[in-house]
Amino acid sequence: MASKVIYSLRDSTPKKRDDFEDILEERRNSSDLRYALKCYTPAVYRNLVPCKSSMLKNLVLQSEPLRYVIEQVSAESGESREVVQEEASQVLEEMAHRLQLSTVRFFAFTLSKAFKALYRSVRVNEEGIQRLQQAIQEHPVVLLPSHRSYIDFLMMSYLLFTYDLALPVIAAGMDFISMKFVGEMLRMSGAFFIRRSFGGDRLYWAVFSEYVKTILRNGYAPIEFFLEGTRSRTAKSLTPKTGLLNIVMEPFFKGEVFDVNLVPVSISYERILEESLYARELLGVPKPKESTSGLLKARRILSEDFGTMHVYFGAPVSVRSLAQSHINRSQYNLVPRHIPQRPAADTQAFVNDVAFHLVRLQEENMVLKPWALISTLLLKNPDGVELSTLTQQVDWLRRLALSFGAFLDWPDGEPCSKVISSSLTTHRNLAGVSGGRVRLVFPEASGAGLSAEEAEFNRAVTVLSCGSYRNQMLHVFVRPALLAVAMHSANSSRRDEIYNCFDFLRNIFSNEFILCPGASVQDFEEACYLLVKCGAVQESQQEVVMSSSGQATLSFLCSLMEPFLQGYQVVCRYLCEDTQEDLPEKNFVPAVRNFALRLILAGSLKCYEALSSDLQKNALAALIRLKAVKKVKTGDQVTLKINKMAVNSLEDMLGGKIPTQKPVLARL
Amino acid sequence: MASNTDISERQRSARQRLRIIAGHLQKSEGNEHTALSAQECKAETPRSNAAKVTAVPKRRQEILKWNGWGYSDSRFFFNKKGQAEFTGRRYRLSGLILPSLKDWFEGTFGANLQHKTPATASLNVSAVPPPNLNELFVEELKTAGVALSTDPEDRVFRSHGHCLHEIFALREGRIGKIPDLVVWPSCHDDVVKIVELACKHNVCLIPYGGGTSVSSALECPPEETRSIVSLDTSQMNRILWIDEKNLTAHVEAGIIGQDLERQLNESGYCTGHEPDSMEFSSLGGWVATRASGMKKNIYGNIEDLVVHIKMVTPRGVIEKSCQGPRLSTGPDIHHFILGSEGTLGVVTEVTMKIRPLPEYQKYGSVVFPNFQQGVACLREVAKQRCAPASIRLMDNEQFQFGHALKPQVSSIFTSFLEGLKKFYITKFKGFDPHHLCVATLLFEGDREKVLQHEKQVYDIAAKFGGLAAGEDNGQRGYMLTFVIAYLRDLGMDYYVIGESFETSVPWDRVLDLCRNVKERIVRECKERGVQFPPLSTCRVTQTYDAGACVYFYFAFNYRGLSDPIHVYEQVEHAAREEILANGGSLSHHHGVGKLRKEWMRETVSNVGLGMLKSVKEYVDPNNIFGNRNLL
Ligand SMILES: Cc1cc2nc3c(=O)[nH]c(=O)nc-3n(C[C@H](O)[C@H](O)[C@H](O)COP(=O)(O)OP(=O)(O)OC[C@H]3O[C@@H](n4cnc5c(N)ncnc54)[C@H](O)[C@@H]3O)c2cc1C
Repeated sequence: MASKVIYSLRDSTPKKRDDFEDILEERRNSSDLRYALKCYTPAVYRNLVPCKSSMLKNLVLQSEPLRYVIEQVSAESGESREVVQEEASQVLEEMAHRLQLSTVRFFAFTLSKAFKALYRSVRVNEEGIQRLQQAIQEHPVVLLPSHRSYIDFLMMSYLLFTYDLALPVIAAGMDFISMKFVGEMLRMSGAFFIRRSFGGDRLYWAVFSEYVKTILRNGYAPIEFFLEGTRSRTAKSLTPKTGLLNIVMEPFFKGEVFDVNLVPVSISYERILEESLYARELLGVPKPKESTSGLLKARRILSEDFGTMHVYFGAPVSVRSLAQSHINRSQYNLVPRHIPQRPAADTQAFVNDVAFHLVRLQEENMVLKPWALISTLLLKNPDGVELSTLTQQVDWLRRLALSFGAFLDWPDGEPCSKVISSSLTTHRNLAGVSGGRVRLVFPEASGAGLSAEEAEFNRAVTVLSCGSYRNQMLHVFVRPALLAVAMHSANSSRRDEIYNCFDFLRNIFSNEFILCPGASVQDFEEACYLLVKCGAVQESQQEVVMSSSGQATLSFLCSLMEPFLQGYQVVCRYLCEDTQEDLPEKNFVPAVRNFALRLILAGSLKCYEALSSDLQKNALAALIRLKAVKKVKTGDQVTLKINKMAVNSLEDMLGGKIPTQKPVLARL
Repeated sequence: MASNTDISERQRSARQRLRIIAGHLQKSEGNEHTALSAQECKAETPRSNAAKVTAVPKRRQEILKWNGWGYSDSRFFFNKKGQAEFTGRRYRLSGLILPSLKDWFEGTFGANLQHKTPATASLNVSAVPPPNLNELFVEELKTAGVALSTDPEDRVFRSHGHCLHEIFALREGRIGKIPDLVVWPSCHDDVVKIVELACKHNVCLIPYGGGTSVSSALECPPEETRSIVSLDTSQMNRILWIDEKNLTAHVEAGIIGQDLERQLNESGYCTGHEPDSMEFSSLGGWVATRASGMKKNIYGNIEDLVVHIKMVTPRGVIEKSCQGPRLSTGPDIHHFILGSEGTLGVVTEVTMKIRPLPEYQKYGSVVFPNFQQGVACLREVAKQRCAPASIRLMDNEQFQFGHALKPQVSSIFTSFLEGLKKFYITKFKGFDPHHLCVATLLFEGDREKVLQHEKQVYDIAAKFGGLAAGEDNGQRGYMLTFVIAYLRDLGMDYYVIGESFETSVPWDRVLDLCRNVKERIVRECKERGVQFPPLSTCRVTQTYDAGACVYFYFAFNYRGLSDPIHVYEQVEHAAREEILANGGSLSHHHGVGKLRKEWMRETVSNVGLGMLKSVKEYVDPNNIFGNRNLL
């Protein structure tokens, strides 16, 4: 497996990380207008072939790869070459960016105002900026920010403008185009637009990939896209998509550029703009179509306090270095390079591994605020905690998180209680102190008008919103937590048995968390290493056992996984008990939601996460992967065929009722 | 030993040498008499024109360097004023001052004339290990009347080619494993005898032609325990006959390029095969390495030039029965011989195509705004199949290098780069002196056609932004071909080591390959602690229908490195990996030798390697030809 060498985790000891500077400070002290009109002369790629955005389109249309596909499509469809060419040209027209410095300046001005209103500070690691500046000059650069909010790409371009760096060309979803004005504004500030799905459309794919590659090869501008494909509604990183990553790496594989620099960027929010929107969306209120007026309504938001934002520009990752001894570039020697070739299986696996690697790099440099710890603890205690107890627990958890390598932004020298109270101020919509206890706040059940369902639904909004802050720090804990659960359910201290359990859980949750495919052994070792390090377990050749002082840590870790274990069980139960063997896929989410809601109303389920469509979909993906459910396509209809026996036994395993079977895993 | 006759012979050969160069530099300057020798051979081959005047004597040490390139009397040095000079009288550059070289040299390499690394002055004969002789073999050879020697100098001279590490070691006075015995067959039958005896007594034979190998092909394998015999073909150097009806010449394989051309010229012919090493490399060496000459566009590469080959192997003599111009008789057995690198036997006689001497030669040059345009132009020239006898495209670094080698001009006071800028900015408006590059051209044929041809090529060049830059620049480019090898020795006097290597690559990948390989070199040097950015430059030296030959020069200042040769080798290794990853070949003409063996399997596939191995096994089961090249 290619994954083995790419990511080594033994060095998960605290990383040396850069310091931050607040960029808003200067904005608050000097003229935004002058800033927006400042002289902008970014350093460019040293082999830059200068060209205008209109010329870029010509380059793409005349490129050999595109001409080849046009020829093919025309031959197969019987359309004339000119017609197909025209079609390609329209696709490109719809797609292409039209970066204009004046628009950028407009944004620089307005966003300055907006950001100052929204955020107390926007903190950037300037060393990262310097590395980036260097990288941009040397090789084509691909910027890969994490994606939690619409603010992300606005902020990215804003920062690059601020630091006088080359403005990126940004891959954006087509959804924006529906907001006529905003779409065009974004286009003029560097966005280009791709359809959400264009599966079989060869021409579209060819135009798209050639557009990206031409930008990259000529060093026209850094390319920016989101590995996760879409905004994460849960604040957990999403399983990366590899399509675009593959496109930007191919010019290196084919020798068209010497190297490509991939720059992971971690954007962390103390409070996410879309916080409750996301929760509602997860609970089934359909996503509001991005409309200009919707965005304008967001003006109200400008009066709120969203705390501090951190943007960490990671070290550039050289594709060349990654590919060394993984990719045999001479495999491209025997076919002309303009003929599109499906990437070979090992290339595909490599790109996939790189994608995971990069997402983990994003995760690693995500800055965690105290609130992430506090909300975690509050979620465990729906009835609230004494302030003093909470203070103790937060302090304890802080130390645990640090020992696991978390990147915590903790106010220097402030007593823990003060930290908590200031967090509570920022997040007063989610939690507060009443009667000496700190607890989640649920929107008032305003009179009799509210049905029981609606009340639960409102509670769920708070729980899921809070959950998204807990999720911000899950990447720090997920491996040890899976191990803790595995130790618990293996009911044995034998290393191999615990590993089997761990591997099973890892497999089940591989859509839920970022767990690099094929890296089960490394993950296990990393988990053991961390738990030994914090004194919770002792490890020997054959055994992994809890140490005498490990109870608190292990049970805390188990509790972190509890919502997911329970949620998945609910999905299983629904499939076993409440549906036929054939279930139309489109009914799946609403049906599970109803089922879970019924359980909650009946008082037999406390886990609101089970209502989250994100969790439900991840669970389904896992069941399909484990072959307990099969997806069958008949015409337009996708049906889920459920193997109830298999689902049932998975449910039991998740509940720890039967130990996982002992597969042949002699790798330990 | 140097005698009076030797001196006059040396002068004569010097003059002849000049004439060869004159082939590139100026038109021929009158006739020259060559003495016929009464050299005897037991062979019964008919002979004609047995000219025994050869530019390189049997005792090579008399006129060649023992630890550097070429003639002892020709070398670069920095004079007391810090100006570079080229000594001797053999080349057009000889005796001239190169005022810009120092600036370029110091600027490019961060070298300093104060920091010298002089070579060991002379070969310390006592450091040469005593020969491991197979007495019976030696006895029988003597009986057979074959010339031989165990003289340390003779042996050291035949223990190496011209790879950097070989010359570097010699300069430091380090002598590695060397042949135990040198034998000089004087004809095909001598070779048959020697090979028979070698088989009988199980000694290892290494054919030696001109010693210009750049693939470690001549190195004695350290693991060899048998007596190693260097079979020097240099005394098999006659043109046996010339067939004017078929335009072929039958030639002994030890003849070196300059002798072959000169002698054919005297009869009004040429082969047109002019590898850059032609002053020293031999016909047998060309066949054994699949050599390529500068003018292959008109005359072809060695495989196009040979009509018939005779090779002596442990199994016997291999040759075809006729001289038909093309055969459909299964796989061409010539292709087992071509490129066999001395692993199967000794090439003794070759029938080669010859051509009447061209009536007219003309040099030319074109300046392009950048390398991309230049490559596009060469590609178009190849597409229209109108390549001149030679067309070479230098990148910007090499173009600057070329300028640094301009002999004394008026303004010695302006610095090199300033002068360059002034010249090119005024002359070629809009061309950035840091990007422009130059193609040099050589046309050959009858006058009218040459002029027509020239126009065609310049017209194409113009389409790619190329501007004609005069005959002089072209001529100088070709002249440099022969002195460039001397420059490495100069570099080595001042902590600078370097080498060239080559590849062939499809047209569509030329630019990518050039960029990536050059960059890889720079990067590898940096990673390995080379203090100053290296010279990493390339040129496109040959065009084909489907691709081009690219030649890289790479050199760096090794001050501060504890093991410069190791660093150098690692970088070259990485560069080769880069070439292969970018669709380039393992070698266009230098061959594999021992230097590039490790890549043979991936180059020719498992089955391919197996085929070659089984040929070796059949032809030479006891590995008499044990230089261990190729496989
Ligand atoms: C400065 C310089 C410039 C060069 N330019 C060119 C160039 O333009 N084009 C080009 O093709 N090469 C070039 N070369 C490489 C080299 O000159 C060629 O490989 C040449 O063909 C070697 O010939 P040689 O007679 O010197 O052979 P040697 O170096 O003596 O031997 C080379 C190999 O051939 C074998 N061999 C030699 N003679 C025989 C024989 N009669 N029978 C069987 N095996 C034999 C040897 O065992 C050895 O393995 C250059 C080298 C240098 C140093």
